[in-house]
Amino acid sequence: GSCQGNSVERKIYIPLNKTAPCVRLLNATHQIGCQSSISGDTGVIHVVEKEEDLNWVLADGPHPPYMILLDGNLFNRRVMLQLKGTSRVSGLAVAIAKPSPPQGFSPGLKCPNDGFGVYSKDYGPQFAHCNKTVWNPVGSGLSYEDFDFPIFLLEDANETQVIKQCYQDHNVPRDGSGPEYPLCAMQLFSHMHAVTSTVTCMRRSSLQSTFSINPEVVCDPLLDYNVWSTLQPINSSGKVDPEKEVIIVATRIDSHSFFWNIAPGAESAVSSFVTHLAAAEALHKVSDIHLLQRNIMFTFFQGETFDYIGSSRMVYDMEKDKFPLRLDNIHSFVELNQVALRNDSILWMHTDPVSRMNESVEVQVRNLLSILSDSSVGANVTLQEAGYSQPLPPSSFQRFLRARHIPGVVLTDHRTAFQNRYYQSMYDTPENIRLQYPEGLSPEETLEYVTDTAKSLAEVATVVARALYRLAGGANNTSAIQADPKTVSRMLYGFLIKMNNSWFQSIIKPDIKGILGDVPQHYVAVSSPVNTTYLVQYVLANLTGTVVNLTKEECLNPEKTPSSEKEMYEYAWVQGSLDPNSTSRVPYCVRSTVHLSKALSPAFELRQWGSTEYSTWTESRWKEIRARIFLVASKELEIITLVVGIAILIFSLLATYFINAKADVLFSVPRDPGAVAY
Amino acid sequence: PALGLFLFTIARDPLRIIILIAGAFFWLVSLLLSSLIWFIAIKASNPQDELLQKGLLIFGVMFSVLLQEAFRFLYYKLLRKAIEGLVALSEDSCSPISIQQMAYVAGVGFGLMSGAFSTINLLADALGPGTVGIHGDSQLYFLTSAFMTMVMIFLHTFWAILFFHGCEHQRWWEITAVVVMHLAVSGLTFCNPLYIGSLVPSYLLMATAATWAYLLSGGSAQNLRRFLLCK
Repeated sequence: GSCQGNSVERKIYIPLNKTAPCVRLLNATHQIGCQSSISGDTGVIHVVEKEEDLNWVLADGPHPPYMILLDGNLFNRRVMLQLKGTSRVSGLAVAIAKPSPPQGFSPGLKCPNDGFGVYSKDYGPQFAHCNKTVWNPVGSGLSYEDFDFPIFLLEDANETQVIKQCYQDHNVPRDGSGPEYPLCAMQLFSHMHAVTSTVTCMRRSSLQSTFSINPEVVCDPLLDYNVWSTLQPINSSGKVDPEKEVIIVATRIDSHSFFWNIAPGAESAVSSFVTHLAAAEALHKVSDIHLLQRNIMFTFFQGETFDYIGSSRMVYDMEKDKFPLRLDNIHSFVELNQVALRNDSILWMHTDPVSRMNESVEVQVRNLLSILSDSSVGANVTLQEAGYSQPLPPSSFQRFLRARHIPGVVLTDHRTAFQNRYYQSMYDTPENIRLQYPEGLSPEETLEYVTDTAKSLAEVATVVARALYRLAGGANNTSAIQADPKTVSRMLYGFLIKMNNSWFQSIIKPDIKGILGDVPQHYVAVSSPVNTTYLVQYVLANLTGTVVNLTKEECLNPEKTPSSEKEMYEYAWVQGSLDPNSTSRVPYCVRSTVHLSKALSPAFELRQWGSTEYSTWTESRWKEIRARIFLVASKELEIITLVVGIAILIFSLLATYFINAKADVLFSVPRDPGAVAY
Repeated sequence: PALGLFLFTIARDPLRIIILIAGAFFWLVSLLLSSLIWFIAIKASNPQDELLQKGLLIFGVMFSVLLQEAFRFLYYKLLRKAIEGLVALSEDSCSPISIQQMAYVAGVGFGLMSGAFSTINLLADALGPGTVGIHGDSQLYFLTSAFMTMVMIFLHTFWAILFFHGCEHQRWWEITAVVVMHLAVSGLTFCNPLYIGSLVPSYLLMATAATWAYLLSGGSAQNLRRFLLCK
């Protein structure tokens, strides 16, 4: 309609709401990611769906700079490096490719976390820098490049269609010559405050914090919390006896992709920690856990994608006596890496060949491997050794090995290169781990439906739980130890498809129920704890803790109750499930041994911002991130408008002056003389 | 043009400046009251009903026009009182400013404020990189808005002269003519984006009002010819 009373801004701009930016991350020596100008970057839209369309942008088009709408299948290293080198590109919007590119897509490095693991020129130099095995051959390293134009991801196909429509209406070149004004253009705002490297930005931030009344911090270190829990309760504020041995089970819970806060991480993170949670649940159901000779610690490391933030911090705390356990207490180490894409049900066991050259370590590793193999009897899992000459894949275990030669094993579904062809990308989605639900189920039914993926992960969890029981000195028959596929299924649904489901809602605290967003992402951000950490903590508490009969006051203040043993346990008041016919919940108190420990790289504690030993990743700060499309007028029209305006101004000034001067000629009504002064 | 008028005819005399500012203020108050009524009507009605919203908008505009003219009348009454006061204060028992000049200045005041309101938010959005058109509106939006604003400023000036003259000499049909013209011009803007429909008649009306005001102020065709030839 013509007169709607719209504001003028709505006539001009269409904002793009469902987008994800690429932000700037910095480490000790480099900056990676993207940057826009402080008032946004504008460019004429050009849709690139095949390689030939690029020529228009790079050479032929008459209206540079261009803002490219790139089809997801063309988002590869070759195209990106071409765009990086030219000044005719002012920004990029990537439309996510559905279905995922069949040849694989990984913007991560070919050799993840190289230089921060255990292999270096002093330790196993033949394995350093992926000389022996390239773990991520599909990796293009795009995430680690530095772009000086903004790059956004268009998550909503409808918005992509609107942009393409605008392009079709205004921007399509006719008969080889340029299109006419007005042209459809896009503006992207993603100005990042930090530059150069962590050293520079932390120095500037600390100067600001020390001297300024209103400090302008430019970057924040990536930090969060590790979640850990022990099978037999320990005093979390004291120290464990040096004779008491602990077996550590570890997984990572975070992932990354090229774009900020897009990290579905199905195979790279979720598959492993869901299996780990299921194994923890299975072990807690065993009757004689308090009789076991060794304790088991279930650890979930956060920030492992960025040069092992969580695990390096835990090792540092153990060395500096800030953690209840010390490195001497560790008997062995079992880690679960990507385990969902098993070929022929084979699960590979990786060990470190360099430490096995020591006889005592070799004996313990052999023992560990044999216990694992024995535990797989009867289950649909075949355990095989990855080979004595193979190094360890990128894993948290490598950080522990840097400090002490602990016997340990890393379980994965790949022998040499990753099975995951979408490692650390936005395509590492439930489809990647073949998680499929039949059509037409309601959310509740989908939550309870047991998928094949869930069953296969439950088998792995069963094997791991049985092996851990044996390792801890358990003597009984292990056939009763079974991981529950229903729990695995519910966890997969919650962590991959919909966080806001009835089970998650019933196990969290009442005052944080706002954290359950829609699509789950597992990025370690700078404000902590992130949703994933919270949920892992509460799921672990629910699966391994016990319900105790305390009131809300007693539960929230356990030190007042004499028999609560506050140092051994954590008490949480959770909101409980909905009564079937009412809208109120029945909350209760859960007692568990789940604790959080800070996962901030030791480099920031020690203020060694240029450290090459610890992770130094920081994320830049920014003020606003948004995107919008609009039409731009030709320069001619703008100049015409200006000239017409100036002409009218001059003409009216002249006319008024003359009318004023000759007013007595124009207006000849007799007036009282002397009283009027025109 | 408004700037020119202001600079050459008003800026020198402080009394005129006061009348200008007061006039602008009166227009602003009338707009405030009319927008209050419109806002209440909008909130009390169903936001989904397009036709109702459009009807309410038309009603709001008409009501606003009537209110503006009412405030013009109020201002006339105020200025009348002011003249008596000025006469009492002056040395030779003559007002330093005549009612016609007051009418002219009041009109410029009304026009300036109305113009400012129409243009400022447009200018703010025009500073960005985009221009109107992505939803199919015409590209000439800013140009035509500028011309429309100019014509409104002129019209307000001429209407004030006509209106005050009508009030002075008790010629009610002059006052009615002003009100009708104002309603007509505002109604014509509903024809947008058919800019021919709204701009051309508005300029024609402006020419009519200009001639009428000129004649009332003491001009004639003779004077006009003498003025143009003397140049």
